[in-house]
Amino acid sequence: TRAMESQSVEELLAKAERDEAEKLQRITVHKELELEFDLGNLLASDRNPPTGLRCAGPTLEAELRSLARDNTQLLINQLWQLPTERVEEALVARLPEPTTRLPREKPVPRPRPLTRWQQFARLKGIRPKKKTNLVWDEVSGQWRRRWGYQRARDDTKEWLIEVPGRADPLEDQFAKRVQAKKERVAKNELNRLRNLARAHKMQLPSAAGMHPTGHQSKEELGRAMQVAKVSTASVGRFQERLPKEKAPRGSGKKRKFQPLFGDFAAEKKSQLELLRVMNSKKPQLDVTRATNKQMREEDQEEAAKKRKMSQKGKRKGGRQGPGGKRKGGPPHLEGRRKGGFGGKINSGPPGLGGKKKGGQHQGGKRRK
Amino acid sequence: MRPLTEEETRVMFEKIAKYIGENLQLLVDRPDGTYCFRLHNDRVYYMSEKILKLAANISGDKLVSLGTCFGKFTKTHKFRLHITALDYLAPYAKYKVWIKPGAEQSFLYGNHVLKSGLGRITENTSQYQGVVVYSMADIPLGFGVAAKSTQDCRKVDPMAIVIFHQADVGEYVRHEETLT
Repeated sequence: TRAMESQSVEELLAKAERDEAEKLQRITVHKELELEFDLGNLLASDRNPPTGLRCAGPTLEAELRSLARDNTQLLINQLWQLPTERVEEALVARLPEPTTRLPREKPVPRPRPLTRWQQFARLKGIRPKKKTNLVWDEVSGQWRRRWGYQRARDDTKEWLIEVPGRADPLEDQFAKRVQAKKERVAKNELNRLRNLARAHKMQLPSAAGMHPTGHQSKEELGRAMQVAKVSTASVGRFQERLPKEKAPRGSGKKRKFQPLFGDFAAEKKSQLELLRVMNSKKPQLDVTRATNKQMREEDQEEAAKKRKMSQKGKRKGGRQGPGGKRKGGPPHLEGRRKGGFGGKINSGPPGLGGKKKGGQHQGGKRRK
Repeated sequence: MRPLTEEETRVMFEKIAKYIGENLQLLVDRPDGTYCFRLHNDRVYYMSEKILKLAANISGDKLVSLGTCFGKFTKTHKFRLHITALDYLAPYAKYKVWIKPGAEQSFLYGNHVLKSGLGRITENTSQYQGVVVYSMADIPLGFGVAAKSTQDCRKVDPMAIVIFHQADVGEYVRHEETLT
């Protein structure tokens, strides 16, 4: 038994060894050429020639799968070698910086047209002077920025302005300065927008004819007046008109028509759809027609019976019975009108149903 | 020259459907070619696309007519069918009226059809239904509106109007200037 025990122990050890070897085999992959790893992008490049794939034939899928499995195994092996850390109860590997340079996502931006200043500077050969960001401000005794919030020499914050020699003494110089600044800002904004429009090749709404000269025609003045009317916050909705002034005509949207040679198939389809809708809207049962039909059938019946009566009358000498009953017919019909087709009795021969056009019955072609 | 808008197409189809009913889709969807409606100077023309392509080469103010004129839109956007549409209404007409030889001339001069002139009328024509008028030899003479239903036609006296005149082939001579 001791021999058997030792034997089983040996067996166990051997088995354990085999298991280990198997595990190792699973995670070790033999490659002729080592793979190139870019762990920052989780990228593994395999430069081995794919000879196994070329002569695979029917087992191509299986070969590909095993190749993918092997390469992934190698990549994971590399990842496991990275320094790890613990982030909120999860073991995390810190990836290095990516080494492969990825291509551009979007196309290269096209060159913009030069602004008016850039054109001028290029023409004159003016180069941008490098300026410092901060300037020493004597008044506050500190370094202030050259322009912007709390700038060094703020014109608008001055408390004393000398009235220039030729100016009107009652003019408000402070207000004048503020006004001048606003005008400069507005001019700058306009130029910026013009540059932008030129870059995007768009048209600005121009105020070409709107400034009052002395020599404007009636139409130009009218146009200027209309534009002025609409240039309010409510887009001209609450502007009063002069007592005899007429509303401007043609201020609605211009109608757009389909092109002359549009898609013929689409045109046909839309017309057929329109027809279908039109036909579906018509009532299936026209009450007057149903009653007319009923009346017609009654008339025929009457005519047929009269003929029979006249024949029988010749033989039996006049019978009034069925004629008397017949007079009760039409008033009874009026009451049935609302029932429409449902109230149809099997009066007359069954072949009379449906529309007839010059049919073979006497009822078809109406003789005068 | 332009295609018709949805609204205009609807008005026109409603008018034409009064005469030919659901056969109108045979005009829209034809097996032997693509035919279309186009509007030029308020008149509606029906033509194949080949003719349309040729007509596009003529300037609008010099173009008088193209294809077949079906009718025109009035100033208040109502559609009026002209006699020139008879060639397309007659084969597809649902309700027909045949008038006697004696009454033909009267109809062709633009008068309404009296009961005395009425030869045949299709069964179950309702009142105010659009009808196409034929001579006894089955030649289409024009179209009109039934003043009385077939039922009432039988009962009414001989001097009553049974068909209102809308258009007749005599207009080709009488209204030569206005038809295109």
